[in-house]
This record gives sequence, structure tokens and C-alpha cells, in this order.
Amino acid sequence: MKKYLLSLFALVIAFPAYAADTITVYSARKEHLIKPLFDAYTEKTGVKIQYITDKAGPLLARIKAEGRNTPADLFMTVDAGNLWQAAEKGVLAVTDSKILETNIPVHLRDPENRWFGLSVRARTIVYSTERIKDGELTTYEDLADAKWKGRLCLRTSKKVYNQSLVAMLIARHGEERTEQLVKGWVTNLATAPFSNDTKTMEAIAAGQCDVGIVNTYYFGRLKKKKPEIKLALFWPNQDSTGVHVNVSGAGVTKHAKNRDAATKLLEWLSSPEAQGKFASLNMEYPVNPAVEADDVVKAWGEFKSDDLNVSSAGAMQTTAIKLMDRAGYR
Amino acid sequence: MQESILDPRSEPDNNRLAGFLPRKPNKWHYTSGALALLVAVPLLVVFSGWLKPETEIWSHLADTILDQLVINTIKLVVGVGIGVVILGVSLAWLTARCEFPGRKWFDWLLMLPMAMPAYVLAFVAIGLLDFSGPVQTALRTWAGTSNIWFPEIRSTGGLITVMVIAFYPYVYMMARTAFITQGRSTLEAARMLGAGSYGVFWRIALPMARPAIAAGTTLALMETLADFGTVATFNYDTFTTAIYQAWFGFFSLQAASQLASILLLLVFVSLMLEKSSRSKSKYHDSMRSGEPPRLHLSGWRGWTVSGLLALLFLIAFLAPFIQLCLWSIEVITTDFDERYLGLLGHTLLLGALAATVTVIAGMVLGFARRFQPDRTTLVTTSLATLGYALPGSVLAVGIMVAASGFDNGINNLFESIGLDMPGQILGGSLLALVLAYVIRFMAVAFGPIETVLSRIRPSLPEAARSLGATSSQTLKAIYLPLLRPGLMTGLLLVMVDTMKEMPATLLMRPFGWDTLAVRIYEMTSEGEWERAALPAITLVFAGLIPVVLLTRRSLKRLK
Repeated sequence: MKKYLLSLFALVIAFPAYAADTITVYSARKEHLIKPLFDAYTEKTGVKIQYITDKAGPLLARIKAEGRNTPADLFMTVDAGNLWQAAEKGVLAVTDSKILETNIPVHLRDPENRWFGLSVRARTIVYSTERIKDGELTTYEDLADAKWKGRLCLRTSKKVYNQSLVAMLIARHGEERTEQLVKGWVTNLATAPFSNDTKTMEAIAAGQCDVGIVNTYYFGRLKKKKPEIKLALFWPNQDSTGVHVNVSGAGVTKHAKNRDAATKLLEWLSSPEAQGKFASLNMEYPVNPAVEADDVVKAWGEFKSDDLNVSSAGAMQTTAIKLMDRAGYR
Repeated sequence: MQESILDPRSEPDNNRLAGFLPRKPNKWHYTSGALALLVAVPLLVVFSGWLKPETEIWSHLADTILDQLVINTIKLVVGVGIGVVILGVSLAWLTARCEFPGRKWFDWLLMLPMAMPAYVLAFVAIGLLDFSGPVQTALRTWAGTSNIWFPEIRSTGGLITVMVIAFYPYVYMMARTAFITQGRSTLEAARMLGAGSYGVFWRIALPMARPAIAAGTTLALMETLADFGTVATFNYDTFTTAIYQAWFGFFSLQAASQLASILLLLVFVSLMLEKSSRSKSKYHDSMRSGEPPRLHLSGWRGWTVSGLLALLFLIAFLAPFIQLCLWSIEVITTDFDERYLGLLGHTLLLGALAATVTVIAGMVLGFARRFQPDRTTLVTTSLATLGYALPGSVLAVGIMVAASGFDNGINNLFESIGLDMPGQILGGSLLALVLAYVIRFMAVAFGPIETVLSRIRPSLPEAARSLGATSSQTLKAIYLPLLRPGLMTGLLLVMVDTMKEMPATLLMRPFGWDTLAVRIYEMTSEGEWERAALPAITLVFAGLIPVVLLTRRSLKRLK
């Protein structure tokens, strides 16, 4: 019995091993989107990377609970709201790096350099090519117009992408006007909001509705699977604010044991060498303006994107959710 | 500990006054108290959310969505509760007490939906039956018009149906064990006194199976309350939705904890009420007096039953199973790699480990309640089973915070006496993960064990003791064999539940310890349902291993 207890104890002690040349990453970005890059980095530099994946909320709570004992060197997540929140909770350190500042445009990183965007996702309008005529679509705001009654499909307001979209609208138009707008969307819904973007697009293709709002990479995935599907993307707000964009990104943690190594990894991820792959693995856009998007992604056309700092999405998120609750957007 | 397990002096019938006489806490209080404490620590973390008031979030929720969430939750609980009882009990009665074509097959086939996680069933159901799904599309093509009537799957009724299908096995398996082990003599006595076969069911078998049915229904409802994945797939807002909105939307773990603690309190009170409402009843049974004759459903009646069960099996398991297979084939060439062996291995290992530890702990709790049936034990044992009612992520964070608190304490201690800090000890370790499973699934092990235990007549172990058997002999010769059906059910349920478990596994797994559930999460969280089918189907197969192993075995023994 004693022997078993001892070996169990040894097992417990031995597991959380983190050697100095191993970077530890807590990631809310999916494994299959980061592992290929980590593998490439390890091959190039010999630096090992270990990681766990989970949702942003629990990972953040974990880093906070672990305090200075945290093994995490890098916190990686999707959505600027989550990154903003991590900075707000004080788990991220300020990283001063000329390389990061050169590689990443100002509006796609934290104004105080605690986190950095690594890929850009555009949340835009998708429409049925059978039932929408040229010139019919104009802006996100226009989708609240009565002419779209019974023709709009949306994903649930519980998804952070929609929360960020509404947060940015609030930043542009103020609460009152945005609430009217969201109420207009809700009135125009053809059916209850869907749990994900793919279902929204399938409903449009099947004729349940005519337009919706989705992230471009979901469209890319669906198109890859069903090339004949009668859907296309539209870039709204080209004469005004531009297409709503969000980022996935990362920041070095405050209690990182391998701060320099983690910063180097972050710099490499923003470099031309890694950016193409980082974005194209998920059919997103690179943050680094020197890097071109994947051919599939480029084929959707060029667009003007919103250049408001993405951190506004985080700052306004609570307001946005309350507004959507009031407007009856589920 | 073993000494006292089988001491007849502490048998319930020998100390009826136990609840009334002041007595010093004994070993049973300590052991059940220790297990309750283990569960209580993360729960306390959750309750500590009240230390920081979150009035703004509360007033927002109260002004906007809270009343609707409460109504939705009540609808769901009532609907699922009625559904699982009717379905679970009637299926159990049919397979355990009747005879009809294919009965032996249905006996275990009807357990299989257990291996299918509820959220998987949800996305398959919506994928198949929603407006854009193949069924409605085919109907529209066939009718030549887009104006056809079809029941809306993304509705309260649709969600209740999916959850009943996913959760009825809890009631089915426990009621089945109860019906199978009901002794011949009791039922025959009833027949001799003139009861018809329906009378036997309604007046004898059903009331005697009440603890089992109650335990199964409790599990199904606790899982319904704690569920997030299934309701999120349906975009149906429940109380849990508010918990997650407070956390992920408003970034307030405090407000989420406050909401969760209210949920917990409600469950705790209903557990206590249910238990004390039948605390005076005795369910002792001779158990081993041989299997009573089955009711033969002959001719068309037998075939009708077989047909209905086949239809149920088709809907509850076969159709989603086939859909998952079809989706898996699409991605098998790109996604299937050598890592699947590791995923499968981790899944089975964690499942087996968690099941063993939890069932042992559940047995100790069961004995505590048997030998020390007073209020203190009732409170501690109820407390120890509360982990199942909490939304998974909230509980996982509670455990994580507790483990980190322990680590931080040790580190501070080392630092203050000038030693090198050891870093993480419990956090991110296998031990912490297994503890998390034990805390979460204690109710699942305790339910079936307690129901079987409550039916063992005290005179049996008493006789053994008076014939000079030691306590370990009594344990081996009397309790373990009689408890076997309960232990088996507990093992099976906990193992399958652990393998499906997502939030604690995600947050607490040691580096590299990915499981199939982790892989399912990676795919579904970004809406890649088809790619999630491959790990999901592997999980179903993994879940079949214990189902087949254990049920075949318990069936054989009971025959």
C-alpha cells in the first residue's frame, strides 16, 4: 500500500514538469489551428511548446487562481473582448517589442501593448445569390429596415462575435440608436437565432431566409464542402465605417517563467514566415500587412475594414449584451 | 473502518432511537463528513462569490431575461422529469418482467443511448430535422412546395424529447436493477392474495422500486439543470444560460457563482425533501428468492412491444449513430491519425480510474447512511452528492481554485522558511483531475449503490455475524455479492459519464492528456459538427466497451 501511495505521489509531483526551454501556452484557439505552427517553431528553434486548450473564461480563471505559480507563459485566445478582459484582470504583462509594433497595425493590438492580434476575421453579410438583387444590400444598419422583414437569419446573441459587432456599433452610433437597430434586426428575423454561423448559412441556402451575418471563414469552410451552394459574401459599410473585424491574438502572462522565450514566439507568430500559415489554417486574414491572404480568401474580394481599435469591443461588451437582452435578441 | 462496516449493533433496526438520542459523532460521521468536505471545498469557492456584490448584473437580469429563464427551466425540468420516468420505468418493466420477441436483445440495446452524449444527440437531431436538414429538404422536394408543415425541432418540445432520450437510461438502468432483483416470494405472495399482474405492478413492484426510480430521476434532472451544451445547441435559455452569460459575457465569475449557488441550494433542498419523504419506509426484500415468472406477451401484443422498442432504439441510438458514421467517413482520411490511440487510451484510463475511486467512495457513503441513518449523515451524504447539479465549468473552476489555493499555500510556506518553491503540486496533476471526477460524479455512483443497499434485509448480515463471521468475511460473503448489481450500475454510469465529461477535463487535464471529449470540444466549439463526428463516434464505441462488458456480466449473474 505504501509503495502505491509513494508512486502515486511521485506521479503527481512529476507531471507538472516545465523545463526552462519549454514554453507553456494556455490557448482558447483550437489545437488544430496552432499545433502546426508550434511544431514548425520547435523544428526551427528547438524550443519546445506545451499547451492546453479550453474556453477563454475558464483558462483566464485558471491563470488568475494559479497566481505567480502559473505555468502559463502565453495566453492565446480568439476575440478582442476576451483579450481585453485578460488585460483588465491583470494577468497579462506589457510587452515592449519593436518587432511586434512593426508587424501589427495599431488598431489590431492593445493600446498598452499587453496583447497583440495575430489574425483578423471579418464579420460580414452573407446572402442568397438566388434571391438578392444587385444593389439591394448596403450596410449592417440597413438590415434593420422593414424591407428585410422575414428575410434575415442571425446567430445567437450569446456568441461573442455578435457581442463584439454590436459593441462596435455602440462605439460608432451610441446606445440609443444601436438599440433601435438591434430591435429592427430582431423584428426582421425569419426564425429563431441559430447556435452557429454554419446553420445560419444553411438556412439561407435552403430558403428559410435571404441574408445573414457571419464570419468569413465559416463561409469559406462551407463553400469548400459544398462548392455549388448558392451563397456569396457582401462587404457592407464601404462608404462609411467599413467591415467589422475582430482578431485572435495572444499576450505574455504577468508571471511567465520564460518571458523572453514567449516574447520571441509571439514575434515569430507575427512575422511573415508564420503569418501566412497562421491565417490560412483557418481561412482568416493575416494581421501583418506585408503578408498576403490565402488565394481562396483573396477571391472573396478586397474590402475596407473598420479601423476603430478592436479593444473597444471588450470595453463595450457588457453594454452590448445588456442592450441585446433589452432588444429581445436571444 | 471495516470493523464498523458490519457491526450488527449499528444496523438501523437495532438503533431506531438513533435520531432521537444525543450521541457522539462516530466513524460514519467522520467518513461521510470527510467525503462531504471534499465536495464542499469547491462548493464553498462557488458560494464565496457572494462576498463581492454584483447588484448591477442582478438587476439587469431581473429586468430583462430572468423570469423567462426560470419559466424555461421549470418547463424543461418538468418535461424531462415526466418523460424519463414514463419511458425509463416502462422500458425497465418490459425488459425485466415481461417476455416478448427480442427481449434479451432489447434488455441491453436500450442502455446504449447512454453512450451518446446529449449534446451530440442534440446536434444530430437539429442537423437532420431542421428546415435546412435532409428530412425537410426531401419533403419539400417531394411536395414540390416550400410551404409544408413540419414540427419545429428547435423548440421546447424538441429539446425535451432530445433530453428524455439522452437521460432515460439513468431511470431505465436503475429501475431495471430494482425489478430484476425483486424477490419471487414477495411478488408471489401478492399474486396469491389475489392481485392481477397490473395490480402487482402498481401496488407492489412500482412502490418497491421507488428509491431506484427516484435516484435515476434525480440524476437525470441534476444533469438537465447543469447542462449547457445541449441547451446551447438548441439556443434555449435556461438558468444555466444566465450563469454562463454572467461569466463569459459580463466577465463576472462572482455573479456566475452567485447564480450557481442558488441552483445548488434548490437541488440540495429537493434532495433532502425527497429523501426524508421516504425515510420512514423500508424497502427490505428477500432479493435472492429466485426470479418470479415473467408476464408473457404473446402474439400481436408481443410483436407490438418489439416494434415500438425497435422504433425507439432506431430514434434514440441507431439514427444518430448512422449519421455520425456518415459524417466520420467524410473526414476520416484527413483527421484520423495515430494520436487517436492515445486519445482512446486516456479516455478509457481516466474513465476506469474515476469509476473505481468514485464507486468505492459511493459505497462508503452508502454504508454511512445505512449504519448511521440520522440527520447528520443525511446532510453529509446529500452534500457529498451535490457536485452533479452544478454546471460543469463552474464546478471545474471551483476545484481549480481550491487546488491552486492549496499550491499557493504550500509555496508561500516554503518561501517563508527559505526553501525553493516547488511550484504547482495539485494544479494540473492527474490526482486533481481524478478528484474532480469523484466530486462531480459522486451522485452517479451513490444512487444505484444506495438503492440496492436499502433493500438488503438487516437480518442477513446479522445472521452472518452471529454465526461468527468477521466483518471482512461478512463484507465479502454478504454485502459485495448482494451489492453487485448496484456496484456494476454505478461503475458503468460513472465510467461513461467521465468519458463524456468536458469542462473539468478541459481545464484540469495534465499537459498532453487529451481525451476524445477534448477533441469533440475542439471541433464543436467552432461549429465543425461533421469533424466532431469522428471523435464522437469513437467515444460512443469506447462507451460501448464498459456497457457490453458490465451488462453482459451482470445479466449472466442474474440469470
